[in-house]
Amino acid sequence: MGRYVIRRLLQMIPVFFGATLLIFLMVNVMGDPIAGLCGDKACDPATAAQLEKEFGLDKPVWQQYLTYMGNVFTGDFGTAFNGQKVTELMSAAFPVTIRLTVVAIVFEIVIGISLGVITGLRRGRPVDTVVLMLTLIVIAIPVFVTGLLLQLFLGVEWGVVRPTVSPEAPFDELLVPGLVLASVSLAYVTRLTRTSIAENSRADYVRTAVAKGLPRHRVITRHLLRNSLIPVVTFIGTDVGALMGGAIVTERIFNIHGVGYQLYQGILRQSTQTVVGFVTVLVLVFLIANLIVDLLYAVLDPRIRYA
Amino acid sequence: MRGATHAKWAAGVVAIALAATACGGGGSGGGSGADGIVSSSWGDPQNPLEPANTNEVQGGKVLDMLMRGLKRYDPKTGEAKDMLAQKIDTSDSQNFRVTLKDGWTFSNGEKVTAKSFVDAWNYGANLKNNQKNASMFAYIDGYDQIHPKSGSAKTDTLSGLKVVDDKTFTVKLNQKFSTWPDTLGYPAFAPLPRAFFDHHAAWLSKPIGNGPYLVDSYTKGSKLALRKWAGYMGADKAQNGGIDLKVYTDNNTAYTDLTAGNLDLVDDVPASQLKNVKADLGDRYINTPAGIIQTLAFPYYDAAWNTPDAVKVRKGISMAINRQQITDTIFQKTRTPATDWTSPVLGTAGGYKAGLCGDGCTYNPTEAKKLISEAGGIPGGQLKITYNADTGSHKEWVDAICNSVNNALGNDKACVGGPVGTFADFRSQITQSKMSGPFRAGWQMDYPLIQNFLQPLYYTGASSNDGKWTNAEFDKLVDQANAETDKAKAVADFQQAEGVVRDQMAAIPLWYQNGSAGYSERVSNVSLNPFSVPVYDQIKVS
Repeated sequence: MGRYVIRRLLQMIPVFFGATLLIFLMVNVMGDPIAGLCGDKACDPATAAQLEKEFGLDKPVWQQYLTYMGNVFTGDFGTAFNGQKVTELMSAAFPVTIRLTVVAIVFEIVIGISLGVITGLRRGRPVDTVVLMLTLIVIAIPVFVTGLLLQLFLGVEWGVVRPTVSPEAPFDELLVPGLVLASVSLAYVTRLTRTSIAENSRADYVRTAVAKGLPRHRVITRHLLRNSLIPVVTFIGTDVGALMGGAIVTERIFNIHGVGYQLYQGILRQSTQTVVGFVTVLVLVFLIANLIVDLLYAVLDPRIRYA
Repeated sequence: MRGATHAKWAAGVVAIALAATACGGGGSGGGSGADGIVSSSWGDPQNPLEPANTNEVQGGKVLDMLMRGLKRYDPKTGEAKDMLAQKIDTSDSQNFRVTLKDGWTFSNGEKVTAKSFVDAWNYGANLKNNQKNASMFAYIDGYDQIHPKSGSAKTDTLSGLKVVDDKTFTVKLNQKFSTWPDTLGYPAFAPLPRAFFDHHAAWLSKPIGNGPYLVDSYTKGSKLALRKWAGYMGADKAQNGGIDLKVYTDNNTAYTDLTAGNLDLVDDVPASQLKNVKADLGDRYINTPAGIIQTLAFPYYDAAWNTPDAVKVRKGISMAINRQQITDTIFQKTRTPATDWTSPVLGTAGGYKAGLCGDGCTYNPTEAKKLISEAGGIPGGQLKITYNADTGSHKEWVDAICNSVNNALGNDKACVGGPVGTFADFRSQITQSKMSGPFRAGWQMDYPLIQNFLQPLYYTGASSNDGKWTNAEFDKLVDQANAETDKAKAVADFQQAEGVVRDQMAAIPLWYQNGSAGYSERVSNVSLNPFSVPVYDQIKVS
């Protein structure tokens, strides 16, 4: 197991460098960031040259990349164009997005798996049909439509919640945005769980457990569900990274100042340092979430061993 | 029926979730009357908050609350009025003597002296400090030393600035510029306290100024809380207890918050809400002219656009654009068709002249077609209007213009839009002179002077002359206007220069932009100044 973890960690290194290099190159082809800094007026050339020097933009791209990576290893992610340290932006943005992601994941797990178990055990019954149709609708509707509608009805028309989230973004204000962010994945989790449960409920070990006279809830939770969770855990694990990076739409609608907002600003203003820094961290989150998912397999199914 | 209890439980979670969020709701609070706090939408400023480094509206509105300079533009008329200046004397339009009023201090107790100004201006002009508004100081003698075109600064002070005593300093310009004192209301010319230079980082995280408000707390990227400063010297004391500026990721979200009663003021009503704004806000919606004009600029570095025939083509294109229809339908009357190259906010005395453009800006598709075919058609065979597609919904109006041109010419391929992905890329293509046809140009005035609408845009080699247009006659008239000591005569000269722009159709004027704002029932006496920034200090909370 230890050796497996080390091998996986080593594999992360080329992925990490490859991903950051790609982002670095992509941001660099978008044009001259300094030109956008002066608004509709032209930057005066002397100041522009000076700024380029300060941000290291006058050097060739490969050299910028090397310097950048060198700095990253000392914990220095550079400075955004508004004069703030990127680490400062991160320490403001990541806690908010992590809270939002946690809310979303909890929704996925609680609602998604519960609905999946219910429908999986009642295939073809009305409750199954209704939930399947509902999930289909949720998957079909884009997140910004769900978000704006919930905001309009819950926030403006009925006044149940505040339509936007305050800068501190406490958990209770993040419930509706978290539900919106989770909605599509939640539908997938429901469907995945349903299929998996449906398939396994006919398995021999379930029949054995029932035959032994175990209480029904024990059969479902200990035997059926545990074995059915592997595909679901895989999905939720990869979803952690996707939710964090993909929160741009939800964060914009509910005015949440998290990772999505900073990335959006960074792209608009072409702040290489901001974009590359945030994406670097997101890549790491993605890699580690995947590793944890793989390690969880062994917990769920002891037959799986890592060499 | 175990499943059913599960379902109930899941439904329960959602219900609890919704109930819990409800606790987060409620009003924006902050008292009422003279102590009431106004909450207002804000965008994250692009640059650090320094007077000479702020060149966009979001940072500008903060400086407007925090700082007072020698002059201040009247929020209603736009006229430059003395603020800290007792008087600004000159006998030759080139050497000025500035005398300050007594008793002004910064909110940390430091006195505002002549040195506060001279130090601030030297800092702003110095190439070393990377200030994006450094060019505002370009008229002061010695600018080429402190801010050379290339290389590094040779000195740390502008030779044209001299402190005479605590209350007086002199300014020598490098050319005659009679209306120069009227430019001094621009935020870059604000005075700065010693704290700015001594503890720069601390100042940036909590700026100190001499305006009606002081900074209570500043969380970068999310909220800036400004509070009324009791010790403020000016006549324009704050009528409310303070302003909370909240950063919104999207102006649609801000508008939603306003309609839900969580926000008092939105100073940029999103285009998509203009249809509903009357029903939502009634007369709490403001739509007033601002000092902004949109134009189509041309690349004169491209030989095809720099011919005598091309003048006819440009005029033809201008006549093919149905301005009235576009401003009515796409902009819901938040733009006014332009008939000159300035802005109505200048007023007739300030140089605005309705109809100066004449036939050239009147929709006339038959004449347009005739002019363009006489001139041998559009250079390159197709008109491609370049714009940035990332912000400002430019696609809609560019497509509308093309539609209008295509209809006039009876050719549905005569004009197409040329989107560029990001604003930064758009600007860098412009500065590298890579445009092959007309491109979107907007101009927001720095100060309400006709000079500001003409010289930076059309003078040979001027800072914002993106199309590299050059005309000796125009340059001569501008120089003449600047040397004129009588303001009325200067304005007349500038209008004559504007006539040259018209005859050559140097850029096609499209429309004047309005400022639009909406506010809640909690506040009153809300208005926008000619820069489309709310006059925050006059807002009353009920």
